[in-house]
Amino acid sequence: MGIIILLISISLVIAVGFLLSFLWSMKSGQFDDTYSPSVRMLFEDKPEPEHQPEPESQPESANDEKK
Amino acid sequence: MTTSVAESVVCFHCGEPCEDITWLSDKPFCCEGCKTVFEILSANNLCTYYQLDGQAGTSLKNARTGSYAYLDAPEVRQKLLSFDSPDLSRIMFHVPAVHCISCIWLLENLRKLNPGVIKAEVSFGLKTVAIAFDPRQVKLSELASLLAAVGYAPVIALDDGQDTVTKSASGRTLVYKLAIAGFCFGNIMLFSFPEYLGLDQHDGSLKSIFSWLNLALSVPVFFYSASEYFVSAFRSFRQKQINIDVPIAAGLVALFLRSTFDILSGTGPGYLDSFTGLVFFLLIGRWFQGKTYESLAFDRDFKSYFPLAVNRLVDHVWKPAIIYDLKKGDILKIRNMEIVPADSILKDHDALFDYSFVTGEAKPIKIKKGERVYAGGRLIGQPATLTVEKITSQSHLTSLWNNETFRKTEERQYQKIIDRSARKFTWIVIALANVTAGVWYVLAPHQMWLVLTSVLMVACPCALALAAPFTFGSMLRVFGKHGLYLKNADVIERLAAIDAVVFDKTGTVTYGREPVVEFTGDLTGLEREAIKILTAASTHPLSMIISRSIHAAHTHDLSNFKERPGKGVQGVIAGKFIKVGSAEFVGFYEKLDPQASVVFVSVDEEVRGYFTITVKIRPQLKNMLARLGKKCVALLSGDNNADKASMQKVFQPFVTLLFNQDPHDKLAFIQNLQQDGKKVMMVGDGLNDSGALKQSNVGLAISDDSGIFTPACDGILDGTQLNNLDKFLDLARYSSIILKIAFSISFFYNAIALSFAVTGHLTPLVAAILMPVSSISVVGFSTLAVNFVARRKLVRALT
Repeated sequence: MGIIILLISISLVIAVGFLLSFLWSMKSGQFDDTYSPSVRMLFEDKPEPEHQPEPESQPESANDEKK
Repeated sequence: MTTSVAESVVCFHCGEPCEDITWLSDKPFCCEGCKTVFEILSANNLCTYYQLDGQAGTSLKNARTGSYAYLDAPEVRQKLLSFDSPDLSRIMFHVPAVHCISCIWLLENLRKLNPGVIKAEVSFGLKTVAIAFDPRQVKLSELASLLAAVGYAPVIALDDGQDTVTKSASGRTLVYKLAIAGFCFGNIMLFSFPEYLGLDQHDGSLKSIFSWLNLALSVPVFFYSASEYFVSAFRSFRQKQINIDVPIAAGLVALFLRSTFDILSGTGPGYLDSFTGLVFFLLIGRWFQGKTYESLAFDRDFKSYFPLAVNRLVDHVWKPAIIYDLKKGDILKIRNMEIVPADSILKDHDALFDYSFVTGEAKPIKIKKGERVYAGGRLIGQPATLTVEKITSQSHLTSLWNNETFRKTEERQYQKIIDRSARKFTWIVIALANVTAGVWYVLAPHQMWLVLTSVLMVACPCALALAAPFTFGSMLRVFGKHGLYLKNADVIERLAAIDAVVFDKTGTVTYGREPVVEFTGDLTGLEREAIKILTAASTHPLSMIISRSIHAAHTHDLSNFKERPGKGVQGVIAGKFIKVGSAEFVGFYEKLDPQASVVFVSVDEEVRGYFTITVKIRPQLKNMLARLGKKCVALLSGDNNADKASMQKVFQPFVTLLFNQDPHDKLAFIQNLQQDGKKVMMVGDGLNDSGALKQSNVGLAISDDSGIFTPACDGILDGTQLNNLDKFLDLARYSSIILKIAFSISFFYNAIALSFAVTGHLTPLVAAILMPVSSISVVGFSTLAVNFVARRKLVRALT
């Protein structure tokens, strides 16, 4: 009997803890954008190359073409 | 004219087919803009952009280049920046072009392009980029120009900010309420099970502990999660209108008070699991229905179309000034393609103004020196100075927004189906409660209150309240998947009642704003180039269309240029005497189809052929219009009637075709239809349709690019989906049928529950089973039915 009350109070405290952490995460905006963070973590910074690859051939069409 | 379109070659940057290719290294680009972006990115070692998502860029072919200099004006900065200090500033830019992983990657690596940027963070859903930068190193205008240069031109509006904040804040509150209700519901269920499964008599103390815990857990649900139902019910009482929230609030109060009474008096475990479950389900419904397309704006007015700032002469210096600060008598300088922000007088020279933006008529109008230019006109040609006559808020164009149409609230005109049913339902419940109370008063007076609260409890139309959100909410998502983005779920209900559809022409029935130019006859490459050079020199609209349609290098010079108003242009290029203009002007005397715009060409006085300029009508539109049948009532165009013949081919013979309609005419036309008892849907795209869009029962704006400005409307329809318009209307009608079936299911459950209640057999267990079962079956039915119908109608049609 006593043990049930103890267990219930422990479980309630834990559950309330999770509820509060959810409310906090909501408040801090973690659910505002669910897409960008998922791809952001996959981006990597490439090391700067030693030499800049220069475009070799010049454009064939004339540059003064206007739309 | 046969332009050689190499279909296999697509732009390395934007992935659009290249018409005339510009090569860099071995990579093809469709235009200089795309090439420039590539150059910027490759110079800064940012070519990962192209590896993440092939051809991720946005085409810069139609990009408008504007100056962002006004952003540096202190009052503009102050309005836009969310944080400002000497060494750190923060700003949130709305960037509609964000559409893929590469976009996120590039924008977040902005610091590599400009060292002044400290951090940039993209929010994909909202299509915004939040930038922290060092104002000593980079000016706000430079930042905006940088974004524009890489193809992510920010959309800047001074009064945008607060709107999105409140929207997301109210969404968040709902989630808090939902979370708390769900948490309490779950725990209360857990603590109620022992009671249902049968606690022994000697566990009495345990029983009361559970009951007290339940009561404690239900308090936040009653006072926080369910609060809006009480507020709404109270408000509807005060307005003497019964909405669905009244019986819900009555039921919730009855449940809570009765349970509290039971627990306090120790007579029973109460119905708290039913109570919290009810609130939880109701809030889920509200949340489901509340889906909005955050990145789309449905309530733009004319201000969004106007520039934010113009150059104003202050003490003999041109300084950028915000248009709201303009005063009568200010002197402004407007450049080519800029919009006049206020009614003003043209000061220095005659100029052409394009009012298509206001009236829909694409042909520019010539304004003489000293004449009045109305706000909204776009200057074509040389920069002009103007004196402000009336401030923006009093201008001719703005007067349209002062029309009462723009002040009405939509709720007033439309009585929602859910509220109509709720009213009947409420009266039935009140009558039933009274009769039951009367009968029990006679039979067993001490039981009367218990039975009466039971009746109110089970009469709570939870399933009824869930039917609409889930039916319309599912339909909203289905529509969204197929390119119709509605402002909210209520629009579907109005869509179902539509019996008259009115179309705008330019940009709606026709594809985009660019007409199709075809050449009949023979021309050499050099002659084509010559015609391009010649027509480029003229500001006549047909000349500009032809010039844009020819893709050729510009390697020769023009001499002896002469423009003969109303006739054509002539000039000498590479030794050839070229004339472009009317039949008479070039000496062509055969009869041609008089409806299309035709421009003739002669080289060295020899007629070589003619350009036919026709508008491009959206494909399969005719089939859709045929399916719409009598519902399609009219076509309202701001243009002249040059396209009448081609429109007659597309539209059914009974459709009214009206041309030269200004925004006020369009609005009046819709009003007349409505006075005849029609429920009108307006399909349009421009600012000139905005009055009609707002007046109509459902206003749909057509957009070929979700980043582009759409006027205030109830929904945005992807241009490619216009041929499904009739199916969307059908689906909207089906959803009201589904809703009605869902209503009857919920009434059926209510009847069963009431039969328990009036006979006094409503135990907590019965309530705990009946309520969730009814809710779930209604939700399940409406969601499945909507998706089934949508699949039958739309998916099959599309494949």
